[in-house]
Amino acid sequence: MTTMTTRRPAGTRRRPPSRRLRRKIMLNATGVLVFFLAIFPVFWMASTAFKPNDEIFSTTPKPLPAHPTLDHFDVVLNGGIAEVSFWEYFRNSAVLALVTVVASSLLALLAAVAVARFRFRFRTTFLIMLLIVQMVPLEALVIPLFLDLKQLDLLNSLSGLVIVYIGFAVPFAIWMLRSFVAAVPRELEEAAAIDGAGPIRTFFRVMLPLVAPGLVATSIFSFITAWNEFIFAFTFLDDQNKYTLPIMLQFFFGRSGNAWGPIMAASTLLTIPVIVFFLLVQRRMVSGLTAGAVKG
Amino acid sequence: MLDTAPAVRKASGRRSSGRARRRRGPRLGPYLLIAPTVAVIAILMFWPMIQIGIMSFQKVGNRQLRGEPAESVGTENFDTILNDPFFWQTLKQTVLFAVVAVTLTLLVGTLVGLLLNKLGRRMSSVVAGGVMVAWATPPVTAAIIFTWLFGTTGGVVNWTLDLLPNFLVGGGWADYNWFATPLSTYTVLTVCVVWQACPFVAVSVLAGLKSIPGELYEAARVDGSGPWRTFWSLTYPMLKPIFLVLVVMSIIWDFKVFTQLFIMSGMANRDAFNLSLYGYSEAFGSLNPKLGMGSAIALVLTVILLIVTAFYVRVMVRQGETK
Repeated sequence: MTTMTTRRPAGTRRRPPSRRLRRKIMLNATGVLVFFLAIFPVFWMASTAFKPNDEIFSTTPKPLPAHPTLDHFDVVLNGGIAEVSFWEYFRNSAVLALVTVVASSLLALLAAVAVARFRFRFRTTFLIMLLIVQMVPLEALVIPLFLDLKQLDLLNSLSGLVIVYIGFAVPFAIWMLRSFVAAVPRELEEAAAIDGAGPIRTFFRVMLPLVAPGLVATSIFSFITAWNEFIFAFTFLDDQNKYTLPIMLQFFFGRSGNAWGPIMAASTLLTIPVIVFFLLVQRRMVSGLTAGAVKG
Repeated sequence: MLDTAPAVRKASGRRSSGRARRRRGPRLGPYLLIAPTVAVIAILMFWPMIQIGIMSFQKVGNRQLRGEPAESVGTENFDTILNDPFFWQTLKQTVLFAVVAVTLTLLVGTLVGLLLNKLGRRMSSVVAGGVMVAWATPPVTAAIIFTWLFGTTGGVVNWTLDLLPNFLVGGGWADYNWFATPLSTYTVLTVCVVWQACPFVAVSVLAGLKSIPGELYEAARVDGSGPWRTFWSLTYPMLKPIFLVLVVMSIIWDFKVFTQLFIMSGMANRDAFNLSLYGYSEAFGSLNPKLGMGSAIALVLTVILLIVTAFYVRVMVRQGETK
């Protein structure tokens, strides 16, 4: 469509060049405006994190720090914000996210192979179930899960929390991964079978390497789910040394709501890994979410 | 990369039928492969949903947390909330917020999607990348950033509004407290949620636009159709399936928004509650936890969302998503 409106074959109705140029400038100016509006909040977070206090609370805020400082990061990283070191929260979050990624990818890969490669009874039922559970309000499930984990003595522990996260990450991971599995040409598997490879060998030698990019994409999605999660971690964890980064941030924000420098520094540290990962996989994520609707 | 999905889907259908022919008889294989997932979902999703149903007819408080059996109270929990004007106020706020946020998200998202489609390739991916940043921001951070942007001291929004001429926006913005009334709190919440949600809409719309064959636009242009008419009689019908999915997903997401409201306004500020915050605060918000009452509220929320989900599942099945 773009090519059609901008590069019209010569000789057909064409607008005078000045009008086309003006249109193009208007479009690009709107694009620049949208770009800046979209990144402004995150930009302002990072910029505040580097500003000294007098600039943060200045009556004439400037977009960039005049005298950038690392003081706020120092407060966050070197234990000024709570009794526990920042790296302990970081480790809790990272461990939770990694275990969620490994376990949910494994479960999702198995189920995705089943759904993409086999026709079986209850297959449609299974797919519909996946759709439904993605829409269940987790905010409602927090009450019964709290009681269940309490009974199992798993409250206030990262292992209790990770089980819950795996359950939340799996449905979407299967939904996304199944199109990657389906895209592996069946002929390759058949060729391997003819060459005498058993199903397990075929899986590891043929399927796994080809599905790997999809596995990376779903893994990052699961990572973000666990990394960003708030309500369950907030409800289940009591001890400060078990807090995850979002809980640490909320705790710190609630306790010293006006220390915007350190709060923004901590927010920046929490956000950057996610943004980097997200930009790596965003396109696959969209196709996973809306795939069928995009059919031409 | 966005348009790999259709090709993939078509191919999968063909191959699976080939497989079905080759193998006969009952096979355990696929059932073994999905068994762990089914177990996880049953334990972590379906069983808790049933528990919500059971608990909403019980009294579950401190005594039960110490191990005493739950007391059945019949429909008392529902009688209490349905006769409480506060519940209806909360429900009203939830619905109003969802209506406004969903409308704005779809409107802004679609406009951004159309813009991305018109821009040149490099410019388009730069803008898309910028828009993506909003989507990637963790909800906790987003809520804290917006609290800071709309803050009373040093907040950049009040500063900007104060700079603008008075006849445009009125005066006295310098120390306006956005978190003093439910309406202004929800205004900030709406801006925050729309900012985070419209990238998804924009990128989905862009993916949809890319899948419409260019010849159709060529034909519309030859027939003398203007941009407005082209949108309503060509783009919109082609994108309708995507819009359906986007509307349903947005409704579900905005109906249960929790983290952002929790951070911005907190559990002490009851006037600004929505359903999920109300249920949570009944269950965990005080030293006298009322988990049964919380479950009853959560059940109302779940039932509303299940109705919307049923519609979503129907749309997805019709579009061949479960093939």
